[in-house]
Amino acid sequence: MSMPGLYVSPEQLMQDRADYARKGIARGRSLVTLEYDGGIALVAENNSATLRKVSEIYDRIAFGGVGRYIEFDQLRVAGVRHAELKGYQYSRSDVEARSLANQYAQMLGQFFTHELKPLEVEIVVVEVGSGDEANQLYRIQYDGTVMDEETYCCIGGDADAVRERVAEGYDPEFDADAAIGLARAALAGPEREITAPDLEVALLESIVPDTSHRRRCFRRLDDAEVEAALGDDAEEPEDSADQEDS
Amino acid sequence: MPFFAPGDDPGASFLELLRRTGNEPFGDLAQVAAAEGGLGSLEGSHATTVLAVRSSGGVVVAGDRRATSGHLISHRDMRKVFPADSYSAVAIAGAAGPAVQMVRLFQLQLEYYEKIEGKPLSLEGKANQLAEMIRAHLPQAMLGLPVVPIFAGFDLADGRGRLFQYDVTGGRYEEQDYATAGSGSLHAGTVLKLGFRDDLSEPDALALSVQALWHAADEDSATGGPDPVRGIYPVLAAIGPDGFRQLDDAESGAVFAALQADLASGGSGGGSSAHRGEVPR
Repeated sequence: MSMPGLYVSPEQLMQDRADYARKGIARGRSLVTLEYDGGIALVAENNSATLRKVSEIYDRIAFGGVGRYIEFDQLRVAGVRHAELKGYQYSRSDVEARSLANQYAQMLGQFFTHELKPLEVEIVVVEVGSGDEANQLYRIQYDGTVMDEETYCCIGGDADAVRERVAEGYDPEFDADAAIGLARAALAGPEREITAPDLEVALLESIVPDTSHRRRCFRRLDDAEVEAALGDDAEEPEDSADQEDS
Repeated sequence: MPFFAPGDDPGASFLELLRRTGNEPFGDLAQVAAAEGGLGSLEGSHATTVLAVRSSGGVVVAGDRRATSGHLISHRDMRKVFPADSYSAVAIAGAAGPAVQMVRLFQLQLEYYEKIEGKPLSLEGKANQLAEMIRAHLPQAMLGLPVVPIFAGFDLADGRGRLFQYDVTGGRYEEQDYATAGSGSLHAGTVLKLGFRDDLSEPDALALSVQALWHAADEDSATGGPDPVRGIYPVLAAIGPDGFRQLDDAESGAVFAALQADLASGGSGGGSSAHRGEVPR
């Protein structure tokens, strides 16, 4: 890989790779995941209806990715495979987000140091707790750094600004609609507006109404459901910054 | 974490993923059986009655609860009807161990496909997946461990219930009205054949299924009837536009109680034991 006679210090090499990955991630739109009173909401700005950023991994686990689609989709598939194999070999209750997050971290770290180029992605792995267990939110960076987040987390190009906006408006008593509303306002910022078709929304619902047959907590909302959650079904209200109050 | 190079990727097949990761789902037992010179002396649990009936709004699936080993009853509350996913069910007849394992693999495969591809398989695709699993299981079937399921579901694209029967080689046969499998299938099939109408409502289809199971249990020692003493009733499930729903024991018990009352009063379900007003146990 390195050319003979050309010395690059390890610090420089890692710095260059990190810059490269960050630049790739910064080009994409952001994703917010936050807890509400009945589970975890994952909300991404995504104008494609078919190329998804948020997906189901396992019964209580969801995945969100930003950056290069093809790269985080590969990670998503690898995660589904890891979870399904583990559930098949042991039991469904042995599949958990923490071990999955560590696997992802190893993989991203491996790519970062050993491959020609790092993966230009940032991902979240979240698990909704069953019963008294707490929810788990992990954020994993392009170099394999894992962060164990509480209540909400944001990834993507504009993540820091989005996180600040979420922090300002967040209330742990939120229901799903309010959480989606805040996520939209945080993703859009003060200058822009995002409508339902440009949002991708999924919920990991901890309260399962029909316990007999439902073990998969993941539920994707379609455009109509997102519109209803945001309260934009009639006409777009002017006070879009106050969506979380609706 | 499994990661594959492009072109070498097992795609949406869970079975292929298992093979690639050293978890061959079908091979090992057949090798053991071959080394032992066949399983002739090892009696598996083969006998059963399971059935599916098309109703006007979908399809009904039912199965008895008895598992036998030779002349002994090994389980009274065995489950032979399973949801395959939200809109389909699989009912098994044959050797219990491999059959239950096949159902598990089938359920995993359907969910795995849905997650990898982002949308569920078509009903036809699901039926074909099951056929492929039965075909892969053929070496074990040849050694005396056959699995012969029924697959039934609600076809969201067509808006109707559909049902499929299989043979041990993986032959897949779509049936229009009803399907049966297991040692009591001959008796159950006759009842269904005589009682089937094109416009059966879901309760009527459930009542007909219960009648068929009762007659199968009446004639076939390896099929269990309702067991009100222990509160164990054959599994009844209905699949319609709202998805899979299994009746709870109280609901199943009520359907059987209605049949029993009908039989006791010399009604249409009447057989030789109807005069005694008793149900076989």
